[in-house]
Amino acid sequence: MAATIPYDEALAEFSPVFGLETHVELGTLSKMFCGCATTFGAEPNTQTCPVCLGLPGALPVVNAKAIESAIRIGLALHCSIATWCRFARKNYFYPDMPKNFQTSQYDEPLCVEGYLDVPVDGAVVRVEIERVHLEEDTGKSLHLGSASGRITGATHSLVDYNRAGIPLVEIVTKPVTGTGLQAAAVAKAYVAELRDVLRGLDVSDVRMEQGSLRCDVNTSLHRAGEPWGTRTETKNVNSLRSIERAVRSEVERQAAVLRSGAPVVQETRHFSEATGTTGAGRIKDDAADYRYFPEPDLVPVAPDPAWVADLLAALPVAPSVRRRQLVEQLGLSDLDSQAMVNAGVLDLVLATVDAGAPAAEARNWWLGHLAQAANTAGVEAGELAITPQQVARVVALVADGSLSAGLARQVVDGVLAGQGGPDEVVAARGLAVVSDEGALGEAVDAALTAQPDIADKVRGGKVQAVGALVGAVMKATRGQADASVVRRLILERLGVEG
Amino acid sequence: MTDDVTRWTATRTATAIADREVSAVEVTRAHLDRIAAIDDRVHAFLHVDTAGALAQAARVDAGEFTGPLAGVPLALKDILTTKGVPTTAGSRILEGWRPPYDATVTQRLRAAGVVVLGKTNMDEFAMGSSTEHSAYGPTHNPWDLTRIPGGSGGGSAAAVAAYEAPLAIGTDTGGSIRQPSAVTGTVGVKPTYGGVSRYGLIAFSSSLDQAGPVARTVLDAALLHEAIAGHDPRDSTSIDAPVPPVVAAARAADVTGLRIGVVRELTGDGYEPGVRARFTEAVEVLVGLGAVVSEVSCPHFGHALAAYYLIAPSEASSNLARFDAVRYGLRVGDDGRRGLEEVMALTRDKGFGPEVKRRIILGTYALSSGYYDAYYGQAQKVRTLITRDFTAAFGQVDVLVSPASPGVAFPLGDKLADPLAMYRQDLATIPANLYGGPAMSVPAGLSEGLPVGLQVMAPVQRDDLLYRVGAAFEAARPFAPTPLTWEV
Repeated sequence: MAATIPYDEALAEFSPVFGLETHVELGTLSKMFCGCATTFGAEPNTQTCPVCLGLPGALPVVNAKAIESAIRIGLALHCSIATWCRFARKNYFYPDMPKNFQTSQYDEPLCVEGYLDVPVDGAVVRVEIERVHLEEDTGKSLHLGSASGRITGATHSLVDYNRAGIPLVEIVTKPVTGTGLQAAAVAKAYVAELRDVLRGLDVSDVRMEQGSLRCDVNTSLHRAGEPWGTRTETKNVNSLRSIERAVRSEVERQAAVLRSGAPVVQETRHFSEATGTTGAGRIKDDAADYRYFPEPDLVPVAPDPAWVADLLAALPVAPSVRRRQLVEQLGLSDLDSQAMVNAGVLDLVLATVDAGAPAAEARNWWLGHLAQAANTAGVEAGELAITPQQVARVVALVADGSLSAGLARQVVDGVLAGQGGPDEVVAARGLAVVSDEGALGEAVDAALTAQPDIADKVRGGKVQAVGALVGAVMKATRGQADASVVRRLILERLGVEG
Repeated sequence: MTDDVTRWTATRTATAIADREVSAVEVTRAHLDRIAAIDDRVHAFLHVDTAGALAQAARVDAGEFTGPLAGVPLALKDILTTKGVPTTAGSRILEGWRPPYDATVTQRLRAAGVVVLGKTNMDEFAMGSSTEHSAYGPTHNPWDLTRIPGGSGGGSAAAVAAYEAPLAIGTDTGGSIRQPSAVTGTVGVKPTYGGVSRYGLIAFSSSLDQAGPVARTVLDAALLHEAIAGHDPRDSTSIDAPVPPVVAAARAADVTGLRIGVVRELTGDGYEPGVRARFTEAVEVLVGLGAVVSEVSCPHFGHALAAYYLIAPSEASSNLARFDAVRYGLRVGDDGRRGLEEVMALTRDKGFGPEVKRRIILGTYALSSGYYDAYYGQAQKVRTLITRDFTAAFGQVDVLVSPASPGVAFPLGDKLADPLAMYRQDLATIPANLYGGPAMSVPAGLSEGLPVGLQVMAPVQRDDLLYRVGAAFEAARPFAPTPLTWEV
């Protein structure tokens, strides 16, 4: 393990500059340049055709929906939209790239010069966007026979071309400077905010763990007043937490390198989820020459300005604006809404509110029990097997007294476990609250008989001891009783004032 | 009326089949027999699809297809994909590859009831002017078997000239239809770029490649042109507009009052005296037919060859990157010990011939960072200037004419050691590719007993003008039949 300097100490001595390249797989039904389906997880090489396999003679045709999505992303990021631009070929050999060139955009991107305002610790940081362009994804290689799963040492490789040709939007920030100690947090918050923007546009399912949102993080350090340092590029950092860790780790590593007097090597580094640190990858020397040239198989893209204006007018409300509305209309605090953004549940809370739940209840579920469940399962809250509508239904069942808080959690757990919707789980498990006093009386009597000493204590004035009796009744009724009713019944029977 | 059906024009063949004078199967068999009898000497074909051809002919006889070319046999250049039928582009690297799909041209031919006899020989990936760069051995010119049939589409032109097929499809990137037609005494047309779909045409240079007809008469070429042309949603560069009325123009065959420009820069030095003499006579014939002839200058044509040899190799270096042994075609050295890059390199080393390698290296260099502006970028500027030359010329005249090729067919082996001499074969044909307009070569008599071609060039989407001029010229000066002295 290379030497490191603790983050705070490193940034006391050096100033960080970072930038992010984010690749977003668009959720179009067909691929970028052919009609193949884009479903995730299909059997390998079942969603391919002569075009996306790069067979001799095959030609690309641009997916108009992908152009529209990319323009909407550009507009949501306040970019200017090109009135005329071309695709370009990026030439390099790689077996999961069927044509050995990637059809991308080079010096004529579709969208340029925008920004995204990112909330960080109650303040807003503006991250400037350099460009948004369209390109095609590559296939996926599976290297077998090596311990690492990497190509080094592999005995053979399998290639799945289902992903080849899926539309990718690349969003590149300008270098972000002046963030100091907040660098890692800003990087993370940018990606979180970007994800919310993309989700709101409904252009991608933005699932980092499935690779539909992927980030490369460029980081460098320099001393104040000196030119920017040499940057490294950390590839495929695929969770919000990892974005933050990758920046921290590179800051800590590069600071140690610089302090030792050695130069930082310009290279691609790989982020390890296990250690939270980066490891050296390919040296990115200046010899890498992609021989870009305009793609002669495609005609230029020239979006009609009137159409672009229509797209702009039809954009959904930005997450930052919705968040403000939420704060104002629903009486949530800034801190609450910030916490929801950080946990990636803002949209889920909003959807739950839209489905009829009070804001506070929606917030409590998504920041509480569901956040915990997601954490335990190692997934994002949005990937849990429960919809905002189902959460709202549970809230409603609690409100009308059908469920207690404890029962509600059981119902939610049942839904998460795939046992059906809230009503089905209630029915299947028999989880309706028992508030019929006649039915409860028996259980109360049994509890008093079983624990006469405690009953005496309560009678003697130690009212707080009643909890043990309530617990026994709740246990006997498998949690289906309304605890407040049970408590009242016990105290009545013992002749004690609650 | 059954003289030798292989000598018939496509028009006559189709009429005879439609009138049930002869069956499509009989016509197909006659051509297959002829191929079997002579192709060991001509070597026009790389693959003969006997079963496929007879099956299609039987469908024609069953009445499945009607139309002006139903039942007519055709030789297809091996650069267009044919489902299940080997397609090599003249290269080792694709030896044995059977495409899973038909090119749009192939599809349209089948839909027109045309009978595809087989796939014709060509310079590897269409890079060459003699068909000597085929990985499968050269094609011989039916006029003189010791001479080249032109290239890259020498196989298609030779098949038509040797009566192995009345029609053929070629592709033309810098003259690969017109120069072979010129030196084999056939009619060859490069349509307007975008006029015929490139889907399934194995790309050499995407911005220049265009498939087109080869035939023994102008009308036959027009019928074939019409059958394959038209918008194709699978080719983004395909023109979404009606096909110019080429068949009507070929039938009209009238140049009265048509303004014809002789391109000053495409005459003189660099053209053989015999070629110049036939060209001068051809212009006189056109004047005699009522055309108004003047001289026109296209000052940037002198740079066309240089620009072409930067643009075409640049695009080729990228287009040919996909031949990497991973998914199809040749794979060399995959013995379990070698790494991926080594297998790729070995495969490309063994799979590509020297001319292809030369152009990949040229193109890779021209696109390299630091050289792009000086080479590829500069060549694109020249291309723009050449387009302006055409636009200006077409402000003064309706069509342009020139010799189609600087010389007659040269002996096999003559220019193999001198790539630049080979490249100069396309001196007259390249400008039209850089511009994108249509151009034709029609037979204009003989020099030293060998065919000379007259080139006609027209504005973009005015392919019909080529056929007006070509058909009028053909009527006034009937084309000489191939003597086939070697057959006797």
